[in-house]
Amino acid sequence: MLIPCPWCGDREDVEFKYGGAAQITYPQDPDTIDDATWARYIFFRPNPKGRMAERWVHSAGCRRWFTLIRDTVTHEITPSADPGGQ
Amino acid sequence: MIAEATRRSALAEYAERFSALYETVGGSLSIRELPFLAQVNLRVDASDAGVMRRLSDSLGLALPLTPNTTSVEEDRRALWLGPNEWLIVCPADQAGSLDQALRNGLAGAFSSIVDVSANRTVLEIRGVRARDLLAHGVPIDLDRRSFGANRCAQTLLAKAQVIIERKGDEPAFHVYVRSSFASYVADWLLDAAGTL
Repeated sequence: MLIPCPWCGDREDVEFKYGGAAQITYPQDPDTIDDATWARYIFFRPNPKGRMAERWVHSAGCRRWFTLIRDTVTHEITPSADPGGQ
Repeated sequence: MIAEATRRSALAEYAERFSALYETVGGSLSIRELPFLAQVNLRVDASDAGVMRRLSDSLGLALPLTPNTTSVEEDRRALWLGPNEWLIVCPADQAGSLDQALRNGLAGAFSSIVDVSANRTVLEIRGVRARDLLAHGVPIDLDRRSFGANRCAQTLLAKAQVIIERKGDEPAFHVYVRSSFASYVADWLLDAAGTL
């Protein structure tokens, strides 16, 4: 499987490591939220059958983290509109 | 009484086996170690045009901004490692002047300069069969059309992380490998060369 690194282009998947679901945002008011909301933030992750935004790191290459959209059924990968920082 | 310090490169013991290989394959492939090169890891914000200009004036070398490319000026070379990260390489006796040039160019800019000379050793793999040899263990295409002059890449060679650099437009590659992986990679290369 080839994974498109935003910097290095298409590379073999052996060069990458998986970082789980993307777009998990830290709670805006961490001082006030209750345990159930914390638990949902820490432990609950999407598990769709289909397209999913994921974090990947090009660990054997440029070592940058980025976001891509992968179809969990077909492994079809589409680059994310906002692959993320340096 | 202090014993005299001696410096040994990571692959000092392999010199004979490398030259024996050169004889065996009839000169179509040569492997040798380029020991003790000065290597500096530089991180600085590439979007700051003022700093980048000062730095290239001071180094006498423009840092490559295209991913996986190098720029070379005489003995100094800069390899792209990331959008804000480079490896600067020069002969060991110029390490001091390189350090000074980097400090002058950065002049207090938010940046980091780390001497990583002991981190990796460099193998030069040269000859018409150099690409065939590396292709045994590298998942990227090293053909001249996709990996021509002034290209470099960080990738895996037989599962060991390496930086591969095409040397000019010649059929020659520099392979930067971690010192602790160097003997494994050298053994692997010698073994793979036997099957060419």
